[in-house]
Amino acid sequence: MTQPPILSVRNLAKRFPIKGGLLVERDIGQVNAVAGVSFDLAAGETLGLVGESGCGKSTLGRCILRLIEPTEGQTLVHGQDINTLPAPEMRMLRRKMQLVFQDPYASLHPRMTVAENIAEPLRISDLDPAARKRRVAEMLALVRLNPEHGDRYPHALSGGQRQRVVIARALALRPDLLVLDEPVSALDVSVQAGVLNLLKDIQRDFGTAFLFIAHDLSVVQHISNRVAVMYLGKIVEIADKRQLYAAPLHPYTQALMSAVPLADPPRERARARIVLKGDVPSPINPPSGCPFRTRCPIAQPVCAEKEPLLADHAAGHAVACHFPSARTTGLAAAG
Amino acid sequence: MTTAPALRMIRPRWLTLPLILGLLLVLFWLLATVAAPVMTAHDPLDMVGRRLQPPSWDHLLGTDALGRDVFSRTLHGARHSIPIAVAVVILAVAIGATLGALAGFLGGFADTVIMRLVDVTLSFPPMLLAMAVAASLGPGLWNAAIAMVIVWWPVYARLMRAQVLEVREREHVEAAIASGATQTRVLTRHILPLCWTPVLISATMDLGQVILLAASLSFIGLGATPPTPEWGSMISDGAAQFYSWWVALGPGLAILTIVLGFNFIGDGLHDYFDPRSR
Amino acid sequence: MSAHPPLFEVRDLRVAFGPGGILGEAVRGISLHVDHGEVLGIVGESGSGKSVGMLAALGLHPEGATVSGSVRFKGRELVGLPRRELRALRGSRIAMIFQDPLSSLNPVMTVGDQIAEAVRLHNRDLSRKAALDRARDLLALVAIPQPDRRLRQYPHEFSGGMRQRVMIAMAVANDPDLLIADEPTTALDVTVQAQIMEVLADLKARLKIGLILITHDLGVLAGHADRVAVVYAGQVVEQAGVDDLFARPGHPYTRGLIASIPDMTRMDDRLFSIEGTPPALGRLPQGCAFHPRCTVAQEICRHRAPQTVQSGSHAAACHFAFQTARGAA
Repeated sequence: MTQPPILSVRNLAKRFPIKGGLLVERDIGQVNAVAGVSFDLAAGETLGLVGESGCGKSTLGRCILRLIEPTEGQTLVHGQDINTLPAPEMRMLRRKMQLVFQDPYASLHPRMTVAENIAEPLRISDLDPAARKRRVAEMLALVRLNPEHGDRYPHALSGGQRQRVVIARALALRPDLLVLDEPVSALDVSVQAGVLNLLKDIQRDFGTAFLFIAHDLSVVQHISNRVAVMYLGKIVEIADKRQLYAAPLHPYTQALMSAVPLADPPRERARARIVLKGDVPSPINPPSGCPFRTRCPIAQPVCAEKEPLLADHAAGHAVACHFPSARTTGLAAAG
Repeated sequence: MTTAPALRMIRPRWLTLPLILGLLLVLFWLLATVAAPVMTAHDPLDMVGRRLQPPSWDHLLGTDALGRDVFSRTLHGARHSIPIAVAVVILAVAIGATLGALAGFLGGFADTVIMRLVDVTLSFPPMLLAMAVAASLGPGLWNAAIAMVIVWWPVYARLMRAQVLEVREREHVEAAIASGATQTRVLTRHILPLCWTPVLISATMDLGQVILLAASLSFIGLGATPPTPEWGSMISDGAAQFYSWWVALGPGLAILTIVLGFNFIGDGLHDYFDPRSR
Repeated sequence: MSAHPPLFEVRDLRVAFGPGGILGEAVRGISLHVDHGEVLGIVGESGSGKSVGMLAALGLHPEGATVSGSVRFKGRELVGLPRRELRALRGSRIAMIFQDPLSSLNPVMTVGDQIAEAVRLHNRDLSRKAALDRARDLLALVAIPQPDRRLRQYPHEFSGGMRQRVMIAMAVANDPDLLIADEPTTALDVTVQAQIMEVLADLKARLKIGLILITHDLGVLAGHADRVAVVYAGQVVEQAGVDDLFARPGHPYTRGLIASIPDMTRMDDRLFSIEGTPPALGRLPQGCAFHPRCTVAQEICRHRAPQTVQSGSHAAACHFAFQTARGAA
């Protein structure tokens, strides 16, 4: 990498205090939503971040944008730590980093038209009103919506169309970095593909870096360059896309892959699924040693004593496991 | 097989009979507020007939103890009660909703201070508080109005604060913040426009309640001074002339119908804004 | 071909909205059937009428909707049945679970009490203790660990997947013959989705219930359905055994749906996506309802609605059914 990464996250952590107590309110515990995450993201690159609900991926996305204030750690955007920036400068910096939300209906202002919703972020730009109108029209065309859609209200649009509006709004300021928090999870499978294709085209044309958060490995595969897997607030595996899908090393990644259905009934029925035991442990009281050991099919005594750190296993492929092993998933990349 | 819709109109679900009735009643009283002199034959303040005459064609609701035409006084009463009620509600909403919105949005110290003020005011029985303030300010309908504003603003503060607290957590507000909107813009453009519906409905119904409160104050002598034809004081006079039942009937019916009218409109507004009725 | 009537049979079901149906038909003649121990998958996009159809079949359609056609449960006609009798069937012989378990559960009642209530609704002489015992057994049946402790907890103390299992437990509380699951896994993570499907498959095998799975995700049906009905614009456009459907899809829409499923074995540059959106209520295109979005539409498709073409137990409603498509993946 000749250029510095556009985003560098170092030991980012977010702990939510739990208040309790009978007469006097005090902190009786903490939710370790994000427990020390570090990664780099290069300009124009997509990092897929995959994990189940409650693993802290959404919190991480919002911490990176300072929509939630991180408890500790650094967020370096173009080399500058934004966690220490005062409010007015942070506001201006938001031009360069935007968020695409999961729920397209809730994230649009119900009483503003589509055009007004898209124009809202342009208020902090230095565009004059005429230029703003042009930009809105540009954005509508970019996400393949008709100009007439601009005058409609969100409730008159379909789920896929609304999500396009959310994307248009996020891109209105031409940000360098886009955090997408489960952007297609609320859409029908048949509509997801269209939105994913659109995102890929946008990245190719504008060179925006994406942090693509999802709970499904199959969704990020098409659009990511690298993929990271998250569990209980930590990254447990991060690798180049082809390597991860061909030979995942962490048992959790293997289990996630095993959960994605195949569109081939005989093979799907015959498939040996990796079924995880039990439930995700509470982030208030994570297990000692490796947080995944309570559900891991290959857990050993050492896993309870020592926490495995995220370490390079091969070039560009890091795992946090004492026994990483490339179990083939039968999903070898063909191309 | 045609696919064109039928020409027959479909009545919307929120347009109920009570709403129509409420609108008619309130419309009537609004008309009375504006055009009472035109609608009545007699001057409300003058002795125009013999005392305590039962209803007749000349005097539709009879005359009171001073020989004044009850019908006239009833209709003219609207010119006092309704503007006062509207003024009180508008002022109470302005003060209460502003403070409530600030409390909900800013949280922390501002929230604590404003809410304690609300709690203190609400801890007094409203009637007593209104009486105390009105008594200390002296007689007169506008002094009573001030007392009522003081009693009423906390209700809207609480209501608005609850709405703001809920809307504040919605994703489109987060999106606005992520887009770099200032605090002011977030509050005024993204939060408040979605908060005023319950306040509007409450205020509409409260118009009736304020009229009742004003009438109560006048009934006990704080508020309208004689010879002002205010419904509450008219009922007070009528109570003294119990066997001349028509003296209290006019103002009583007036209060009944207008409060009912506002309540029906309030219900109608609630149905109108309810997304399920669409 | 069995001699006795199927467990659940729908024939030419139609659901229209608005007085006199002037707003349009959401369901335009759906016919399907399920047997004991069989899983029928109903797949279609949002707004295709799949959910409305099943709700209407059980008398749960919204006010102002007109339902016509025939729905037979164990030979008994349900359309037009008085409410009281439908209520007696629902929750005891026919059960339904919905997409969002959080809003389907009462937040201020313990889970144990809610399941017990579902049990006692159709078994009035059962004591509270006996109902709670049954609730505990049901929680164990859906593989919820520590059922005694869980009985006393409230819905918000459960994760999304757990809540859906509670819903399933409530649904099978009275040994129904038929279970209808409307998008049961749509709001859940893919790992939890797999677990829930396992629970349903297990229950189906053990209790021999008929299962109808409504979803927009064909992938979910690949491993669990026996037969699949594909619904578009209120009609069944294809119906077949699941293996057959995936191997030899007869309708272009089905081909499009299959192609949209992300395939992790291929590193594609572009995903296949069906252009356009489903038609709105009351605004159907002329001829074949799918033709505006169809990659192989011809002149005839614009003017004439297609008939259903049978090929063994595989049926598709297309002028060019079962012909290898040019263009569609």
